Amino acid sequence: METLTEIIKFINFSFSYSGSNALILKNINLSIEEGDFVLLVGPSGCGKSTLLRCINGLIPHLYSGVYEGEVIVDGELVKNKSVNELATKVGFVFQNPENQIFMFSVEKDIVFGLENIGLDRNEIDSRLEWVLHALGIEHLRYKPPYELSDGQKQRVAIAGVLAMKPKILILDEPTSLLDPRTALEFILLIKELNRKFGLTIIVVEHRIDLLTNVANRMIVLDKGEIIFNGCLKEVIKNKNLNLYGVNVPPVIALQNYLKDEGLIFNEFYLNVKDFSKEIKRRLIGID
Amino acid sequence: MIEVESLYFKYPLANDYVLKNISLKIGLGEVVGIMGGNGSGKTTLIKHFNGLLKPTKGFVKVFGKDTRKESVAYFSKKVGLVFQNPGHQIFSDTVWNEVAFALKNFGFEEEIINKRVKWALEFFNLIQYKDMSPLLLSGGEKKRLCLASVLAWNPDFIILDEPTVGQDFLQKEKLIEIIKMLVTQNKTVIVVSHDVEFIWLLQPRLILISNGIIVKDGDCRSVFKDDSVLEKCGITKPQLVELYEELYPLIERPPVDIVEARSMMLKLLRGLK
Ligand SMILES: Nc1ncnc2c1ncn2[C@@H]1O[C@H](COP(=O)(O)OP(=O)(O)OP(=O)(O)O)[C@@H](O)[C@H]1O
Ligand SMILES: Nc1ncnc2c1ncn2[C@@H]1O[C@H](COP(=O)(O)OP(=O)(O)O)[C@@H](O)[C@H]1O
Ligand SMILES: [Mg+2]
Ligand SMILES: [Mg+2]
Repeated sequence: METLTEIIKFINFSFSYSGSNALILKNINLSIEEGDFVLLVGPSGCGKSTLLRCINGLIPHLYSGVYEGEVIVDGELVKNKSVNELATKVGFVFQNPENQIFMFSVEKDIVFGLENIGLDRNEIDSRLEWVLHALGIEHLRYKPPYELSDGQKQRVAIAGVLAMKPKILILDEPTSLLDPRTALEFILLIKELNRKFGLTIIVVEHRIDLLTNVANRMIVLDKGEIIFNGCLKEVIKNKNLNLYGVNVPPVIALQNYLKDEGLIFNEFYLNVKDFSKEIKRRLIGID
Repeated sequence: MIEVESLYFKYPLANDYVLKNISLKIGLGEVVGIMGGNGSGKTTLIKHFNGLLKPTKGFVKVFGKDTRKESVAYFSKKVGLVFQNPGHQIFSDTVWNEVAFALKNFGFEEEIINKRVKWALEFFNLIQYKDMSPLLLSGGEKKRLCLASVLAWNPDFIILDEPTVGQDFLQKEKLIEIIKMLVTQNKTVIVVSHDVEFIWLLQPRLILISNGIIVKDGDCRSVFKDDSVLEKCGITKPQLVELYEELYPLIERPPVDIVEARSMMLKLLRGLK
């Protein structure tokens, strides 16, 4: 048995933004192990982005408010670390890529972060080539950000963060602006990094069909509280997920419906291929 | 009616055309989906529909008027555009005023403004934020606010650029419901989206763009059959289409929604017993 290390921990944590008395996160207790691939979902406005901001330190360092309890990242209290120190460990892709791209060209934007952490020229160049290629943006290399389409901006934002090789990668709706093929390729890429290097990943997504095949944990948040937290294969079976705003992929919703009709499958199939294979097996088996 | 004829477009400092020889007619009472790879020209195209961008060659006419002949404000009243990025659209100090802003500009009466703002905010679950600054809303809430603002002035064409970004299941259901309602009022909704599951539920007339060229324009069902064109545009299939292809010929067509899928499966599995 490999030993698991807790890399992120919330202890009795609550938060409300200053100027509003609504509690946005309520008594969160949560621990995430190194190498986990977590899918975080919940209705619009339930506090997902707020939770993520507590991990990269934007809360409490840039957004003030009432901060109770503790958040620990890689063994240290977030409130005692600066946002810059945290940024070397926690890569963060924002919901809106425009909040993330500042420089005059795609290349400069990616290189800027790498220069800031003091890497040498060779290392910078090789990482640059790697991410330009991995996200299919070589042709955009010298373009200024205001000439990019929305999806292109999102790719650049992701590239900049991946190039930093963080220990923890946090993605707030990273595929929402990507075309379907690019979204799929990107998800497979981060899965590969997760598998090979034990990168810890937390993804907030509404289009979860792509992630059900790769994430191992799933957390459902509602009105600032954790409703479900566990192995994805177990949590996803839950019939009430759509009440919590989850876009349950059709193949999964279908199995729930069939179960209600008394049709029980041995397993819960996460993709159409496996599900169809089972249907065919049954039909031919019975016939 | 929106008419696009032999439209070519290039951004001022660029060398290449972003849109090439686009011809297209969109009438009233339609649901139109536009899909295509990142950078293929979708947003550039829809910005021509209310005159925000003007053709380099060719023309765009809205209800017979050339978009070069009148102001953007003139066309916006008929063609409401909701941008992908809500940040580009929000200027007011409160959520309420944000929705009221355009209505005031278009010269509606106070009483009508109040009614419409209230309706729009309630419909999109935003009424509780009416006195808050729009900048404090979550991403999905901001997006709904932009939608509410545009619907409040009741344009004939409603264009949504990536409307499902940041939207949860309930909001998406609502979006589908409102799109269907708008169509019954003989309005046209044009949706640019990468969300294949959402597009499948809408069953629109679907236009695919690749590299600035329209490569397909047809009903959703036939478009999702065209493997080579889907491949070219980087579009994956909705799960229910995938299910049909895996099970063919056991089921004779792709189910339009989960309810239909369920009855097809029940028939299939029980029919044998
Ligand atoms: N202001 C601009 N100046 C120059 N080029 C631009 C500008 N805006 C967009 N482009 C370029 O025009 C092309 C089409 O962009 P557009 O925004 O229409 O794409 P899109 O299909 O909406 O993509 P996405 O799915 O990523 O939103 C892209 O190659 C983009 O880089
Ligand atoms: N800077 C802020 N100040 C005050 N309230 C905020 C701020 N950011 C978000 N909120 C509120 O906190 C709630 C949760 O927002 P958020 O975490 O962005 O939700 P989600 O990401 O789950 O959609 C929302 O009701 C939103 O209006
Ligand atoms: Mg959010
Ligand atoms: Mg676009």
